[in-house]
Amino acid sequence: MVTYFFVFLFVGIIGYLGYFTYVKADEYRTNEYNSKRQTIFADRFVRGDIVSSNGKTLATTTTDDDGNEVREYPYGSMFAHVVGYSTKGNTGIESLASSYLLNSSINPFVRAVYELRDKKSPGDTVVTTLDTRLQAAAYDALGDNKGAVVAINPKTGEILAMVSKPDYDPNEINDIWDELVDSDNKNSNLVNRATQGLYPPGSTFKVITALEYIRENPGTYSNFHFDCDSIYESGEYQIRCSHGVSHGEENLKEAFAASCNGAFASIGETLNFASMYQLCEDFGYNKQLPVNLLSNASKFTLKDSSSLWDVLQTSIGQGQTTITPLHNAMIAAAVANGGVMMEPYVLDHVENENGNVIRSFSPKTWRTVMTKDEADLLKDLMRAVVTDGTGSNAQGDGYTVAGKTGSAEWASGKDTHAWFIGFANVDDPEIAVSVIVEEGGSGGSVAAPVARAVFDAYYEAKNS
Amino acid sequence: MVNLVTEISRYLMLIIMVLYTILNFYVLRKNDLRWQNRVCRKQIFLVFLLQCLGYLILYLRTEDTKILAFYGFQVAFFLMYFILFKTIYPQCSRVLLSNLVFLFSLGLLMITRLDFDRAKKQFAIGVIACLITLVIPAIIRHMRFLSRWAWFYAIVGIGLLSVVWLFGSTSYGAQLTLSLGPVALQPSEFVKISFVFFTASMFQKGQSFGRAVITTAVAGAHVLILVASTDLGSGLVYFMSYLFMIYVATHKFWYFAGGLGAGAVAAVGAYHLFDHVKVRVAMWQNPFSDYEGKGYQLAQSLFAISSGGWLGLGLCQGYPGSIPLARNDFIFSAICEELGVIFAICLVLIYLGFVLQLFWVSTWMDVLFYKIVGFGLAVMLGVQVFLHIGGVTKMIPSTGITLPLISYGGSSVLSTMIIIGVIQGLHLMKQNEVEEIERRAVEPEEPEEEREGEGRFR
Repeated sequence: MVTYFFVFLFVGIIGYLGYFTYVKADEYRTNEYNSKRQTIFADRFVRGDIVSSNGKTLATTTTDDDGNEVREYPYGSMFAHVVGYSTKGNTGIESLASSYLLNSSINPFVRAVYELRDKKSPGDTVVTTLDTRLQAAAYDALGDNKGAVVAINPKTGEILAMVSKPDYDPNEINDIWDELVDSDNKNSNLVNRATQGLYPPGSTFKVITALEYIRENPGTYSNFHFDCDSIYESGEYQIRCSHGVSHGEENLKEAFAASCNGAFASIGETLNFASMYQLCEDFGYNKQLPVNLLSNASKFTLKDSSSLWDVLQTSIGQGQTTITPLHNAMIAAAVANGGVMMEPYVLDHVENENGNVIRSFSPKTWRTVMTKDEADLLKDLMRAVVTDGTGSNAQGDGYTVAGKTGSAEWASGKDTHAWFIGFANVDDPEIAVSVIVEEGGSGGSVAAPVARAVFDAYYEAKNS
Repeated sequence: MVNLVTEISRYLMLIIMVLYTILNFYVLRKNDLRWQNRVCRKQIFLVFLLQCLGYLILYLRTEDTKILAFYGFQVAFFLMYFILFKTIYPQCSRVLLSNLVFLFSLGLLMITRLDFDRAKKQFAIGVIACLITLVIPAIIRHMRFLSRWAWFYAIVGIGLLSVVWLFGSTSYGAQLTLSLGPVALQPSEFVKISFVFFTASMFQKGQSFGRAVITTAVAGAHVLILVASTDLGSGLVYFMSYLFMIYVATHKFWYFAGGLGAGAVAAVGAYHLFDHVKVRVAMWQNPFSDYEGKGYQLAQSLFAISSGGWLGLGLCQGYPGSIPLARNDFIFSAICEELGVIFAICLVLIYLGFVLQLFWVSTWMDVLFYKIVGFGLAVMLGVQVFLHIGGVTKMIPSTGITLPLISYGGSSVLSTMIIIGVIQGLHLMKQNEVEEIERRAVEPEEPEEEREGEGRFR
């Protein structure tokens, strides 16, 4: 018995050691605190390539005759934030995939041969979910504006495109570094606005307000009507519709499609903000998003209806609420995906030098934020935004779009941030997009066309 | 060129390690001494080869000629030790002997890489320990009255542990050492042995329930003092060893199961009573919750093991120095980092084989006293190995314990060599009995004294 006990114990140790090395080691090896040893790996492996889902090289390492290595980014600044850089610390995919890039999964014997020849082994290739065609479309459509575009697959959470501007050229990061971090530079080029930028959601928040209203008035929400004369007065406060437009007599769908502030402020007055707060937390507000890119948590702070002004403002997406473009894309995707919010991810799989898949990443459900029926109701509202409302510019040829525009006020005297969130096709959503254009003005006229460019690129690529 | 040689040596070392491990189990196939000796000759050859490659790499990487001299001394000493031991005890267990030298020399290699000055000290202590423990098998074999000193062992054991508890100097949060002039001793390493002898002596005289209660009370006192001195690892080693000894002595499984249950309750109690236990458990759950402080050591250990991977980074090519106390409580991580997890798994298997060999020697013993002594000591070593490796790999909460024969530390090395000496003594007794029976069968009239004398001086 004593013997078996010890055989069992020691076999346990061996099993654990194997498990640790096979499963857990990567996590520890690449821990940020283990920076000392990273230099060892850089001496042993040639950093692997980062590749797009359509087979284009996003980052590669070239070695000249003298053995000097240069990390090259063929797309320059187009993928600056999401792919990141690796020559001045690691950011973006360069950081989160570092353990794969600086590791060689070729046959140990081949690796031994490399080492005996005193040559570095080739690092593994990381294949991402990013598509250069969508990225290019988003990048070009955003033009010289500041802002961000995120496109994800609502069914899986794959990030198809992620653009943030202003940007920088990662090929020259060491030369331009001082300029970028200079205190006179107000552009925050290094910040990935798609995951870190916190903006007031503006009217895109009405998706949540509408859902809360539907939940609190299950039998009667379809009876909602509101007469808009461009200014809604409640107590001493006034809520104005944008550009002073009067929407007239409208039901919930019409108010949503027209993005009527008065109607939604009046809805807000009837809502229970304790349950509204809970709904927002369910949707991922005040939580770190399940993404391994550097990201900020969206904020929703109003917990009760005690302040009328806060209630009115919060209901139309102003006030203290802030959201990241990625999170807003996830909300659109959740509507598209029947209420199921997927974890966004950017690494598809890892291959060794011979193209054998070493590890692949599969979609994960983050949380179910609403029922299928609720999602269908919101889908219907969002479809009306594009067919009969503010979002008509998002519609292109050959597919159907549903979405929500937003023009978020953020500082008095400044032009609003232009938002669009939406997805296509309405019946079988394959792509969800979130666009923010800083100081762009109206969401419908500035952000929606950017989304359309991405949708166009997606369906062009799909049909070609 | 240097790179080529070190890289080839690295892979050769791994191959040698695997071969040695295979031989270590192969040798158990036949219970024939001559055949075993032949296998062990191969093992000993591998020991020297591994050592040679290891120091070759160390020399090429550091270009310190003192390392070559150090290597020379070691080869000379180990050769001498092998010859001396085999001459004095021709019937000794060669497997135990080669494993002892193998583990000790591997430890020395690793300590040399980590801290050359301490390696020299370790070697000096090892030489003294090897020579001192040469007499142990003879003592065990001839001093049959050792089983009558139960209370003497108890008083010495509890006395020494109490002195450490009350006056010991604190290092790394645990009171372990007693300074006597220039020598710092860790009495708990030696009380291990008196503890086992005490338990064996008690049960030798009888296995009644009353006796079991008294023995358990004294054994419990040992463990409690250790826990109070915050030497949790040793406390656990003593405890597990006692459980197995009581089982071997009484064959009552419920003693063992009940003890295990009581131990579990005591562990939960200790968790709530002692803050240092809570800290250990918290760091085991997440070493990064206090990375800069209490979790630093374990985090560094995990970095080291994970960075080494299956094949290791190669001697002198990692950063095992970043782990505090890498040379003793965390030496297994240093081995994983530079020599690789495959190498480390072989090491675990060698320890397993080693412990099994100790068990088998004990199983053969007819006298209950020796049987208990054998099992008790073997369990001590086995549990110690498990706690060390489990602790540094985050499999179980870290208890801060040495890896027998490999870790730096004079007390640990000396006590382990005494333990192996005792078991060699048991082995010799058995061989003698076997031989006696064989001789009687051939020459039944030969007087006993003459044969004994002959055996000793052959």
